[in-house]
Amino acid sequence: MRKNGSNRRDKKGKLMSFGYLLPSLGGVLLFFVLPFLIVIYYSMVDNPINHQFVFLDNFIMVFKNAAFLQAARNTLIFSATAVPLAVVLSLFLAMMLESKIPCRSQFRTFFLSPMMVPVASVVLIWQVLFHYNGTMNEVLAVFHLDKIDWLNSAYAQVVLVVLFLWKNLGYNMILFMAALSSMPKDILEVAVLESASPFQIFWHIKLRYMSSTILFVTIMSLINSFKVFREIYLLKGDYPYDTMYMLQHFMNNTFGRLDYQKMSAAAIMMAVVMVIIIGILFLTENYFGKDVEG
Amino acid sequence: MKLQSDGRLGAGDKTLEQWTKRNKKRKRMKHARELVRITLLTTIAGCFAVLFLMPIVLTVTNSFMSASEISANYGQVFATTNTGGKVYIAEKVNLKFIPDMVSFSQYITVLLKSPEYLLKFWNSVILVVPIVAFQLLVAAGAAYGFTRYRGRIKEIIFFVYIILMLMPYQVTLVPNYLVAQWTHIIDTNWAIWLPGIFSPFAVYLLTKYMRRIPTSVMEAAQIDGAGEWQIFQKICLPLCKGAMCSIAILIFIDYWNMVEQPLILLSDQERHPLSVFLSKINAGEIGLAFAVATIYMVPPILVFLYGEDYLVEGITYQGGIKG
Repeated sequence: MRKNGSNRRDKKGKLMSFGYLLPSLGGVLLFFVLPFLIVIYYSMVDNPINHQFVFLDNFIMVFKNAAFLQAARNTLIFSATAVPLAVVLSLFLAMMLESKIPCRSQFRTFFLSPMMVPVASVVLIWQVLFHYNGTMNEVLAVFHLDKIDWLNSAYAQVVLVVLFLWKNLGYNMILFMAALSSMPKDILEVAVLESASPFQIFWHIKLRYMSSTILFVTIMSLINSFKVFREIYLLKGDYPYDTMYMLQHFMNNTFGRLDYQKMSAAAIMMAVVMVIIIGILFLTENYFGKDVEG
Repeated sequence: MKLQSDGRLGAGDKTLEQWTKRNKKRKRMKHARELVRITLLTTIAGCFAVLFLMPIVLTVTNSFMSASEISANYGQVFATTNTGGKVYIAEKVNLKFIPDMVSFSQYITVLLKSPEYLLKFWNSVILVVPIVAFQLLVAAGAAYGFTRYRGRIKEIIFFVYIILMLMPYQVTLVPNYLVAQWTHIIDTNWAIWLPGIFSPFAVYLLTKYMRRIPTSVMEAAQIDGAGEWQIFQKICLPLCKGAMCSIAILIFIDYWNMVEQPLILLSDQERHPLSVFLSKINAGEIGLAFAVATIYMVPPILVFLYGEDYLVEGITYQGGIKG
């Protein structure tokens, strides 16, 4: 009798718990999932009126588009340099704050503060710093180096990496600090007793234990690296110098022309690439961190 | 006892005295080396701190320059966007830490004389505050739904949420744009609000937190006769208060900084938030830009100063995606 009653209550509870999920689920379906399915459909028809099925033609068209190729190449180069740098440098900052230096909480606050500041607010200073007659070039002049047109040359990518690191290191650092402080102390103590060198402890123990955090930081940095569009747009507007032309610029300009096919195909390609990259990262992490999980 | 490692009784030590002496010396050496290391690390940390803070400090100090001092120093930088306003343009660009004369003229102009900036600031507030409030509300329910009676279907749905959360704007903005067009909410604030409110980010984070509450607590309440609503409201929500604060801060920072969404979803520039509008300030008004920039960073900085620990906690929850 009693068991039966609790069963019925369980079933009712189960249904009710779906009720709590419903508003969010409805919104996500309506604004993300369903339209995404339609985006897939759009990417495979020739235009929204004819609905002629063309399969991969749109993708090929996008692939042959010079602007898209340029944007994809720039984005790739940028992410491939900025993300590893962000991971390594933020790990360094976190380890620095883990050691016994004074004013650690102040340093944490300082390193985290760029994350809070809207890009729009500091972009003025960046413009002054990196202008052709700006401060950076005056610094170079002190060392008798030639002037560099930071924002209108191949060096633009360097500037972007610097701006990206400035904004994102603090966030990554917090993640690493959390991982470092939650590391099992007994293993580190055993390692010290076994007279392992600090480098060995770092390489063989700390890195292994942090592998899931490294994965997460890499993924988050990758996602954030796509947001560097903000800096570029606020610095240079819709059509920046060639090496700063990112995928988001391409998308913005396609939105402007209402070219649904191109837009959909590009979005889907990006989604697929993201899923593949994240999948590979997960598999790598699984391989390296398997024996220390749990 | 032939342990050869640091500071222990070694083969070379004949007597205990010898060993103690050697050990003391080694300890002193170690201490000195440690001191050098700490000094070095502190110096590096200091350098980083200066680099990190400099742009923020410069923006604030420059906002206390008078408009003429700004255009004299930086006029050239912003001259490219000049639409014809007459400004005196200097030959060189001088980055200045401290204004020649502290003046509040920028602030007076921005706050009292030209309402357009305050209007754009208000646009930002109007766009961001409902998103923070309602995303939390929706997420609280969803997190509870994901926490109670976990089953295969829910796990699959949760996985979809994670995938969606990991997608960059370039991907999610296309679906958002299409829906906004079909429902005719494009070019209205709703086009920003609705996708923001239903963004899976808060759901993911709050679920991770709520799942840490021991199920026994909820089961105990259930046995005592509490309904789902009571468990949600009397147990889960109070326990998640801290997490909600953290998530609210993270959402706030993210949307206060938004650029992509208004550019695509709001073609009417009158509705643009200050984060987009600031870049359109032209040379004629450059004397005000620093004050506007400073005003724009005040809310997140205040949030940061009051809620740094919450923010750090929120970021920490985010880590460990396999939760």
